[in-house]
Amino acid sequence: MSFPLLTATAVLPAIGAIATAAVPAAKRTAAKWLALLFSLATLVLAIVVLVRFDPDGDRYQLTESHAWIADFGVRYELGVDGIAVALIALTALLIPFIVLAGWHDADPLETGNKRWRPTQGFFALILAVEAMVIISFEATDVFLFYIFFEAMLIPLYFLIGGFGDRAHEHGEETAATQRSYAAVKFLLYNLAGGLIMLAAVIGLYVVAGNFSLPEIAEARANGSLDMATNTERWLFLGFFFAFAVKAPLWPLHTWLPNAMQESTAPVAVLITAVVDKVGTFAMLRFCLGLFPEASKWATPAVLVLAVISIIYGALLAVGQRDIKRLIAYASISHFGFIIMGIFAMTSQGQSGATLYMVNHGISTAVLMLIAGFLISRRGSRLIADFGGVQKVAPVLAGTFLIGGLATLSLPGLAPFVSEFLVLVGTFTRYPVIGIIATFGIVLAALYTLVLYQRTMTGPVRPEVSAMPDLRVREIAVVAPLVVLLVFLGVYPKPLTDVVNPAVKHTMSDVQKQDPRPEVEAAK
Amino acid sequence: MSATAVHSLWTTAADPISKIDAPKIEYGQLAPTLIIVGAALVGVLVEAFVPRRSRYHAQMCVAVVALAAAFAAVVALAADGYGTTKAGIAAMGAIAVDGPALFLQGTILLTALVALFTFGERRLDPEAHGNRVDSFAAQAAAVPGSEGEKQAVRAGFTTTEVFPLLLFAVAGMLVFPAANDLLTLFVALEVLSLPLYLMCALARRKRLMSQEAAVKYFLLGAFASAFTLFGIALLYGYSGSMSYATIAQVVDGTVQDVSPALAGTMGNDALLLIGTALLVMGLLFKVGAVPFHMWTPDVYQGAPTPVTGFMASATKVAAFGALLRILYVVLPGLRWDWRPVMWAVTIVTMLAGAIVAITQTDIKRLLAYSSIAHAGFILAGVIATTPSGISSVLFYLAAYSFVTIGAFAVVTLVRDAGGEATHLSKWAGLGRRSPLVAAVFAVFLLAFAGIPLTSGFAGKFAVFKAAAEGGAAPLVVVGVISSAIAAFFYIRVIVLMFFSEPRPEGPTVAVPSPLTMTAIAVGVAVTVVLGVAPQYFLELAGDAGVFVR
Repeated sequence: MSFPLLTATAVLPAIGAIATAAVPAAKRTAAKWLALLFSLATLVLAIVVLVRFDPDGDRYQLTESHAWIADFGVRYELGVDGIAVALIALTALLIPFIVLAGWHDADPLETGNKRWRPTQGFFALILAVEAMVIISFEATDVFLFYIFFEAMLIPLYFLIGGFGDRAHEHGEETAATQRSYAAVKFLLYNLAGGLIMLAAVIGLYVVAGNFSLPEIAEARANGSLDMATNTERWLFLGFFFAFAVKAPLWPLHTWLPNAMQESTAPVAVLITAVVDKVGTFAMLRFCLGLFPEASKWATPAVLVLAVISIIYGALLAVGQRDIKRLIAYASISHFGFIIMGIFAMTSQGQSGATLYMVNHGISTAVLMLIAGFLISRRGSRLIADFGGVQKVAPVLAGTFLIGGLATLSLPGLAPFVSEFLVLVGTFTRYPVIGIIATFGIVLAALYTLVLYQRTMTGPVRPEVSAMPDLRVREIAVVAPLVVLLVFLGVYPKPLTDVVNPAVKHTMSDVQKQDPRPEVEAAK
Repeated sequence: MSATAVHSLWTTAADPISKIDAPKIEYGQLAPTLIIVGAALVGVLVEAFVPRRSRYHAQMCVAVVALAAAFAAVVALAADGYGTTKAGIAAMGAIAVDGPALFLQGTILLTALVALFTFGERRLDPEAHGNRVDSFAAQAAAVPGSEGEKQAVRAGFTTTEVFPLLLFAVAGMLVFPAANDLLTLFVALEVLSLPLYLMCALARRKRLMSQEAAVKYFLLGAFASAFTLFGIALLYGYSGSMSYATIAQVVDGTVQDVSPALAGTMGNDALLLIGTALLVMGLLFKVGAVPFHMWTPDVYQGAPTPVTGFMASATKVAAFGALLRILYVVLPGLRWDWRPVMWAVTIVTMLAGAIVAITQTDIKRLLAYSSIAHAGFILAGVIATTPSGISSVLFYLAAYSFVTIGAFAVVTLVRDAGGEATHLSKWAGLGRRSPLVAAVFAVFLLAFAGIPLTSGFAGKFAVFKAAAEGGAAPLVVVGVISSAIAAFFYIRVIVLMFFSEPRPEGPTVAVPSPLTMTAIAVGVAVTVVLGVAPQYFLELAGDAGVFVR
């Protein structure tokens, strides 16, 4: 038996979580280093996965399969395709930066209480989320996926509700109330989505008799498993609902702004850049793979919702007074693009959507983490409380600008490639939708540049005049991500090579072919 | 009436003595029940003859040994194949020894053992006049607040009678799901209920509340028993028999005439339907299903917490076992009549339990309503009327009882000057003061909420799957919706424990003896093991999922 690489990739951060949680209260710094070490080790394993993965090989590689709960027809089945590999790499890449960025975020205010170990808890929870996210990218058994899709809510819930910004404009009491409100809202939305999905998972079992994605997809393709049209549609809706809450898609998005606003910046990055990707990834893998006919049936409605997300998210981002909320709404707009790309049912659209997931992860991480540094310096999240920061902290302002430009998809930075692909992919099949979505880009330019202008330019406000520039630790967080943004913007080939063959498989799942270009069709 | 009857309606000539056969009793197969009954009787003798200061230890020894021995007997019977190939009827048709019976008996014995540990806990309350005390009244007969009570406390009395009472209740519970005729069922019902009524009244603190709970439970329970008995009478009138198998045959129509004396009423469907309704009503009362749930919150709140934990788990297991057997063995021929009614009961139970729980401010009441919602989930599996329905219910019951006992055991730890601090507001910030206790309680709450990787999820999945396979997809949808509602209040408690500031005058967490620690540890272990690797236990429940008739 070969080395279970995928299991190891998921188990390593889980071990890290336990180890970190076990560190005694006084050894806080040791816990941080331990967490960083484990996240880096996971990154190494993820790189090994990336290297061992052969883009032109089988659809699911590095597979593992063991009996688990035979009574439920559940097996412990792992396997990755190009899309999963890209997202595992993204996850493993971002976690060390999240850990590093949150280095001081969970230091206890009072050190007297020997039993209260928030720092250990904070980093252990982050690693626990990482483990669960990675295994849900790897699972090819629907039940296995579902278990971790749901279970990851619990550590996230504690991360949102238990740890907030030190500085809060309304004082600690209100901050605690708002935090727990955000945490509960997050949990209830996602739990409700998950439970609806549970009904659909059970329904799938009744129809198919097992949970193996490759087997069911195979049986559907060769006709041995026939689903009644209505059954398939209901099951699709059950799955899609859960993923749309997680992604989040308008009108199920309202938990995200609260969650991102109240959690610390690293946790906010963890939510949007990593965890939410599970939702969009699952649409691609499970909705399209299990219910191709229903997916095609739902495409018009989903596209409309996606476009509403794009425009609505962008419009609300323009109107925000709070930096983190602004980034949250921008993310909702971006998730609209991702979902639009997935459901455009073209290979450019879906490749673009996958690249978008990765690029959005990196660019949001840059923007949000720097916003976090900014907020912790000033003690306020309100845009109006800043001004002229670029004169006192040029490096901070400069990197913030790069993050912003990436968010508005400036050519030369990574998100441009993916956004372009998504729009092209959509336009070839649904020109009107594509055109409307383009306005999202215009609005993106508006909200990012206005954000930059109001906070960084203009006269230096007295409160920010003593603001220190980025420290070494903070530069270590931001610099590699910025380099990556530029690199993938100029040379996205390594990523597209991995992703494209997987997208071809997905396209064949739904039995769709790209529309022929007009020129060729005219010949 | 024999042919030799002489000229009178009042006298009849007896058959010759030689014709009376000694009843054939399969002592081996009845061993679990016999051990428990025997130990309970020994417990009574211990009360009578052992000096007061040694009673506690003697009673604990008797009870632990009896429960362990009875469990060993159950395991031995199951290993011998009495759950599968050798399943049969014992004791002249009164008791069924089959898979479900043995599985449920095993579950009841283990939960009772864990509950016994919480019964025996003597470190939580401060010592009274140099005597270690448990959760039970010093002298149950003393009027609360009276001089007599004070004297009893000063003398260091403890109500060690709870241990034999517990054993008697367990004996009734062991017979209840195994009963194979209606009379045995009723006797078992009374044997399990009467000790519970008593135990409810025995709280050391808040005695009036405890007595009130006992009276309520007793009155409503007596009504329910009366209904059950009436239902049994009607069913007898319908079928002319008390035996499950015979009634089932009469319902099916395979047996036409059993008792010529009942020729006037036999086969009258009105009797059958009303009798069934009354019988099932009595059982639904015991499981706490809506609309027969009204007693649950008051009784759960007022009873001593160890007793509540025991009631909420073991009683439920026994009652669901009996309900399963009635519906699957006696009344399968009638399922087109009872299924719609049970559908309605299930839906209302799930929703009402979940919705009303939201407004609760007392942790014990909250757990009571949560137990109502869970009764609804279990009912969803019950009405599947498939083999996987039986095994899923068995699994759910096993999973649920350990979570429940563990949760109530944690409740006993959180205390202030007035005893247990059950008001939710007092639990604020518990996670800061005692992270471990709060984390353990959070695990139990997450299991109640059915979060994956806990036993609650595996159980919920099993019953919903069975319901969906049995064609009850709408029930599954209502089930997941009420799960979502229920999740809200479980989460609320977690929020309170971890995200709220601790109150300055808040409760303290008592450090328990190894007894309660064991109970809680077992609860956590079972919750996690059944959540992560449920396969072995699912197989066990699956193998046990066939009734004998």
